[in-house]
Order: sequence, then structure tokens, then C-alpha cells
Amino acid sequence: MSRPPLLVAKDVSKRFGGVQALSEVSFTIGRGEIYGLIGPNGAGKTSLFNVLTGIYERDEGTFVFDGRPLDRVKPNQVAERGVARTFQNIRLFQNLSALENVMIGRHVRTKAGVFGAIFRDPKTRAEEAAIERRAYELLDYVGVAKRANDLAKHLAYGDQRRLEIARALATEPKLLALDEPAAGMNATETQGLKRLLEDIRRDGTTILLIEHDMKLVMSVCDRVLVLDYGRKIAEGTAAAVQSDPKVIAAYLGGEIALNMKGA
Amino acid sequence: MSRRPGAAKVPPKVWAGVALVALALAILPFVAAFAGQAWVRILNFAMIYIMLALGLNIVVGFAGLLDLGYIAFYAVGAYMYALLASPQFNIHLPFWIILPMGAALACVFGVLLGAPTLKLRGDYLAIVTLGFGEIIRIFLNNLNAPVNITNGPQGVNLIDPFRVGSFSFARSEMLGGIYFSGPQKYYYILLLLTIGVIFVNIRLQNSRLGRAWEAIREDEVAAKAMGINTRNVKLLAFAMGASFGGIAGGIFSATQQFVSPESFGLFESVIVLAMVVLGGMGNIPGVILGAILLTLLPEVLRYTMEPLQMALFGRVILDAETIRLLVFGIALVAIMLYRPAGLWPSAVRKRELEVARAPEAAE
Repeated sequence: MSRPPLLVAKDVSKRFGGVQALSEVSFTIGRGEIYGLIGPNGAGKTSLFNVLTGIYERDEGTFVFDGRPLDRVKPNQVAERGVARTFQNIRLFQNLSALENVMIGRHVRTKAGVFGAIFRDPKTRAEEAAIERRAYELLDYVGVAKRANDLAKHLAYGDQRRLEIARALATEPKLLALDEPAAGMNATETQGLKRLLEDIRRDGTTILLIEHDMKLVMSVCDRVLVLDYGRKIAEGTAAAVQSDPKVIAAYLGGEIALNMKGA
Repeated sequence: MSRRPGAAKVPPKVWAGVALVALALAILPFVAAFAGQAWVRILNFAMIYIMLALGLNIVVGFAGLLDLGYIAFYAVGAYMYALLASPQFNIHLPFWIILPMGAALACVFGVLLGAPTLKLRGDYLAIVTLGFGEIIRIFLNNLNAPVNITNGPQGVNLIDPFRVGSFSFARSEMLGGIYFSGPQKYYYILLLLTIGVIFVNIRLQNSRLGRAWEAIREDEVAAKAMGINTRNVKLLAFAMGASFGGIAGGIFSATQQFVSPESFGLFESVIVLAMVVLGGMGNIPGVILGAILLTLLPEVLRYTMEPLQMALFGRVILDAETIRLLVFGIALVAIMLYRPAGLWPSAVRKRELEVARAPEAAE
């Protein structure tokens, strides 16, 4: 791995009361990588996302993003620095159109304030036109341009996932963090998603991917980090991780325990 | 980028429509005067309420922050005007200076209310804002001792009307051969201000800020994750909403020429909120409709309930004041049952019909 690092996480820990959601997780994501984050349910994947994007405060550890530490920053500042995310349980702006959802993604890269809003000076008008144009481009890029004027909540599930990616891309992220983008998709849709992820990477955005669809993870990720009970148990190429006995134990063990509970 | 055809060329039909509405608005106070000058005053009140409701709509309708103390900003604007244009301190500043000052002061109060409540939503926010509204009213009620500032429960009297040079908006006189009463003169300046407020609201809604407000209303966590500084944007909603309240308050002072704390109770806050909810939260035409209806309905009932009872039963069973509130309440409940999104909700459907046009613009 000779890629220059984009995100360096060091000993990141997070507790919720007595539960250790994350303990001393360290990893490095290189620029231009698609970096997978996998693990059984409750392993701490989404917690890691929330700590990274500032939604939770971490207890210990550091993130260095793009050469600068990401300390005590609010979620909006994280987005400003260039980390955009999607959510496991889709969080679109339901009662706004698909287009408006993506336009809101442009907020952080645009400037118009009260004065511009009221007087619509030429600069504001140009900015608004650019926002709209870019939003249409992104809708087209992820393949939901036809639904631009539909309310987000009226979009099909797969389209909602794609729209969320478009909204995240609108913030011009350096790192795009996707939380289970393939959840609920059928095989065809997942294939389409894979192509989209490869396009995004090719166009210069690094991707951090939480995913349960192992076929997708194995085919698209350069490297994979495996979490179990908040600890890093393996890291490496998809093939290496797949044959790691600890990983197999975590997954099988987890499943057996689950089955026994259900019985 | 000519996605909105209206922006490029306005068809003559639209111009004709605008001209017709303008004409109707221009002669309205004279039509109303046939029913009595009281009705012209009611029209003026409707416009004050439109401004109030539009201000509250920014906070409640756009940003989704339930504010039950909104009337406090109205009070701040009203007292600002009352104290700077009355014999109370013998200060008599012109209205075009005080109105912006009132808006600015209300704006400051908006931020003062907004700052400590940033983390609250829904019911909790409603309780805090309700408390804030009451605090302001009680302050105004008690600021007559040890130093008399607001004149306490007696209120401030003999407030200056709007005046430009020697032209007073309160005086009835012949102008160009037409007799104008005081309320009729006020009507025109209020109409101008109301159109201004509506214009600003429309512009705000269709802007980067308006979208940020709506994003916060829809999902605050997602809004933050998209890089929206929710703290600043929420404070701005409070500040903008409050400033409209402040302007409306100043106008109220000048038209009534008298203010007292009684005018700024919780009931007023609730009525203004009802205008917003009933009309169609977040939709500017709906809110305007709500404000007009809720101003007119009680007045219409006031004048019709007693004759109606006489006709039906031959005597007055319930006095007008009682039955007015009863019918008013029933009407509110009925509207909420049958039109839960408000009388005129935002054009969700219209938007869906526009789909056909979208793909061309996407290239």
C-alpha cells in the first residue's frame, strides 16, 4: 500500500455506559481507496461512522484527516472538511423533492445569505443557477434524474439510497462514508451500485464502505477492516481477511450464538 | 437555465390578473367602508396578522421549531414604537426610523430566545418559548416601578400615528377630491408593508437559507451531516421571524395609538399559531389565507350571531361574545379534522406533475 493516507485513525474508543462500542481501533485509509468496514451486527461499525462524523463525541483516540487532526469538531464542520456520509436507515429530507435534497448538499460549498436571498443580486442568481445545475448533474450521475421533482419519500428504496449518495457527493467530499448502501437491494441493483462506487472512486473520491453484502465487499474493496465487539480483529485485502480464522470465528460464532438464543 | 418559464416572459393573462387584483386591493377599503369604518380597521388588522403569521411561519413552518411565545416579539416592536413616539418620554421619532429599530430589537430578542433553546425541539421548545412570551408580558406589566418605563398595566397612551411631515395617517381629510378616513389611509401604507413582507418571505423560502431551514425541519441530524451549521441557521430563523413580529408590533402601536400588556397574552400567540397551522404550515399563500380568515371570522360572527338567533328563536339565547368563541372553536376543530395539512397546503402535487419537464434540464 503506497497510497498517501487520507484518514488516519489511532486508538479510537467509545463507551456507552457499560458497553464498549469501540476500543482502540486504529486504521489508515489511503487516497483513492475503497475501504471496507465489516463485522457482525453490533460490532461497532456505525458507531465508528458516528464518531468519525462528529455525531458522537469519542472518548479517546485521534483522527487525522487530510493532514489535519479532526478534533472536537461538529458534524457540520466534518462535512466542511470533506467527509460526507449516508445513513444505515436512510435519512433523506422526506418531504422535499429529490432535486432539493441534492441542492441542500451544496449548502456547505455555497455562500448566499439573507441579503442575497432577498435582493437576488447577480452573484446570488449565478450561485443558485450553479447549485441547480450541479444538483441535476449529480442526480444524473447516480441515475435518478428522472425523479428530480418527486418527493424523496416517493422514490423507490434503491433510488432513495442512490439519492442519498448524490446528496453526499454534492458536498464535494474527499471521503465518502457509506453505511450499508446495498441493504435491501436486489442482485441487479447491487451490481449497479458496484458500478457507481467504482465510478465515484475513478472520479477521485475515496470511499469508506460499511456493508453486509460480502460479495459486494469482496469485489469492490481494496482493503477491509473487520470489527468484532468494538475491536479490530483483522485488516487486509479482501482475500486475506476472508481466510482469517479470527474473522471466520467471529462470523460463525456470532451466528451460532444467535441461533442458540433463537432456539 | 430557463426552467421556470414565468421568469422569462410573463403572458398577458398574468398581467391582467395582477392588474385586477391590484385594482381590487385599491378599492377594497372603500367597499369595506360601506359596511362601516370598523371594517376598514378589521382589514388593517388582517394585514398586521398576515405579517405576524408570516414571521411565525419562518420559525414554525420553514424551520419546524414550535414557538408558543411569538407574540413577545410583537410586544417588543409595539413597545419600542410606543416609547419612542409618545408623550411617555416626550420622544417623537418618525415611524420610518422606529420600525427598523423595532425590527432590530425584536431580532435581538429572537436570538436571545433562540440561543438557550437550540437543543430543544417539539414540546420542550414549546414550553420554553411559552415561558419566554409570558416573561416579556409580565415585564411590560411591571416596568412602572421603581422607574416608570412602560406605565405598567395602564399602558402607553397618545402614541403618534404614522406621520410624514404634516401629513398624518390618522386624520380624515379630502385628498384630490376623495374623502379618506384615517383607517383608509393606514390601509394603503399597511398594504405596501404587507406586500414587502410577503415578497421577502417568498424570496427567503426559495433560497439557500430557505432550503437549509427546511432541511432542519425534515431531519436535523442529516442536515448537520450535510454541513449545515444548524446553530446559526436556527438562530437566523428565530431572528428573521422575530423581526417581522417587531415590525407588525410597531404598526399595531401606531394604528391603535395605545398599547398595554393585555394585548400580548398567550391567547394571541395561540391565535397566530392557529393562523399558520390552519392556513397550511410552510406555504406562504396558505398562511396569508389563514391570517385573513382567522381575523375576519370572529368579526363576522360578532355581527351575525345575534341577528341570527333573533331570526331562529325570536330571542337572543347566548350573547354574541360567548357564541362567537364557541363557533370559532368548532370551526377550528372542523378544519383540523377535514384538512389536517391546512386549508392550502404547499403544492406537493403540483410539483409531482412537473416531472415530465425535468429530464431535459438534466443534460
